[in-house]
Amino acid sequence: MDAEREVLDVLARNAREDIDDIAAQTGLDAAAVADAIDALEAKNVVHGYQAVVDWDRVDEGKIRAVVEINVELDRETGYEQVADRIAKFPAVDALHLVSGDYDFAVEVLGENMQDVSEFISEQVAPMPEVTQTVTHYIMETYKDGGIRFEDGDDDDRLSVSP
Amino acid sequence: MRLSDRARTLPESGIRKFFELAEARDDVISLGVGEPDFSAPWTARTAAIDSLERGKTSYTANRGMAALRERIADHHERYDQSYDPESEVLVTTGASEAVDLAFRALVDPGDTVAVHEPTYISYGPGIELAGGEQLTVPTRAEDDFALTREALEAAGAGDADLLVLCYPNNPTGATMTDEQLAEVAAFCRDEDLRVVADEIYSALTYETDHNSIATQPGMRERTVVVNGFSKAYAMTGLRLGYALGPAEAIDAMNRIHQYTMLSAPTTPQYAAIEALDRCDDEVTEMVEEYDRRRRLVVSRFNEMGLDTFEPGGAFYAFPECGGDDEAFAEALLEAEGVAVVPGSVFGEGGEGHLRVSYATSMGELKEATDRIASFVEGR
Repeated sequence: MDAEREVLDVLARNAREDIDDIAAQTGLDAAAVADAIDALEAKNVVHGYQAVVDWDRVDEGKIRAVVEINVELDRETGYEQVADRIAKFPAVDALHLVSGDYDFAVEVLGENMQDVSEFISEQVAPMPEVTQTVTHYIMETYKDGGIRFEDGDDDDRLSVSP
Repeated sequence: MRLSDRARTLPESGIRKFFELAEARDDVISLGVGEPDFSAPWTARTAAIDSLERGKTSYTANRGMAALRERIADHHERYDQSYDPESEVLVTTGASEAVDLAFRALVDPGDTVAVHEPTYISYGPGIELAGGEQLTVPTRAEDDFALTREALEAAGAGDADLLVLCYPNNPTGATMTDEQLAEVAAFCRDEDLRVVADEIYSALTYETDHNSIATQPGMRERTVVVNGFSKAYAMTGLRLGYALGPAEAIDAMNRIHQYTMLSAPTTPQYAAIEALDRCDDEVTEMVEEYDRRRRLVVSRFNEMGLDTFEPGGAFYAFPECGGDDEAFAEALLEAEGVAVVPGSVFGEGGEGHLRVSYATSMGELKEATDRIASFVEGR
């Protein structure tokens, strides 16, 4: 595996790993790790670093919805143009063009259900290309960003064993 | 009630004390755990569940299900080991039973069994229960804890009847190269020693492939290889192991097995078939994760001035702690709430070392090594 891929594997699991620890885990030296990270960022392989948050555990946390959006395109407007407009809304957390029964899958983050509903009905639905939206409010998150949402305190192994 | 002399005099495990010390606190990060922190691959678990739903709850053949023995034999081709599933494979209740059966089948009262140390703590008592006497062959950090002909000769192992070999090793993480094994094999042939090779950690090797002494010339016929599903497939609680060896040894072991255990439990045998058939990818992922942790832990210990050689297998690092390992481990537990096992628990050669298991999440390993570093600094 090349250095960038090895570093990427570690970062994808935990973006907060410091350079020395990544170096120790991969067997690369610290300078090589720093170079790999710079290269991954420069090539837009790594777009940013975020916390994976379980909003349900935060007082006055946020609500997340997955919104299916169907669009109708014309000669002047393609998926790229529509995506560009939708992605500009700060409430849009993720946007994917998908295969299947609808065109876009959008993840929307809002303060509450009303906030999300208003955003969809007042900002997204009125776009001329949008023909239909279906909103699914996320009721419980069990895993996000590859990370299981659990207490992490279920190690029932003996504390010392042969 | 009157107890047998054997039961009364059997020493308590040195680990027990640390277990009790660690259990008495609720803020402990334990690096003292000798088992994977992963769960068995999901499909292996579903195979076990499916077998229960279908009511497969009867005894199996004494030697284990034929289908499982065939897969075990196929699996060991990867280590250049070739065994007849009919006569040369025995499925046991954990590798521990296989070791016990091997001792009882191969050791006569008064026989001497050479054991390299530091090593897994159950061999000594097992030999004693079989009526044998243990001869300790210390291995040294300078030799990366590999067993050498020189060490065997110095300990007088030429007069022994049997040699126990455990590589990759618990607690040192040491492995042995083909060349090193060739030297030990030559000694065994010259001195007519039989071998019980506990290779339970064979799947957990880093950078190099596992080597078995049974593949050395003239060794297959004098070696019983022990292995199992606990470490590679994170199936410790399912208690399934096996032995491979010459038909007469396996037959003798099976005769004892049939009077004591009858057959290994049925449910895990189904899980094991699935594990061997379809879980290579999960094993690879676990090994890759252990490898990352291994590198981090070893590098952190070396940085804090506790010399640690690069373990080639298992999931243990064995840093030198400079002095009384038991006092170090106790003080570390008291001061920082980190549980490690003193090396001397694993016998001669382990003194002045700590067994540190990295079968713990990366986050806990970092926290624990930070605490150890602060403990070392404050000494």
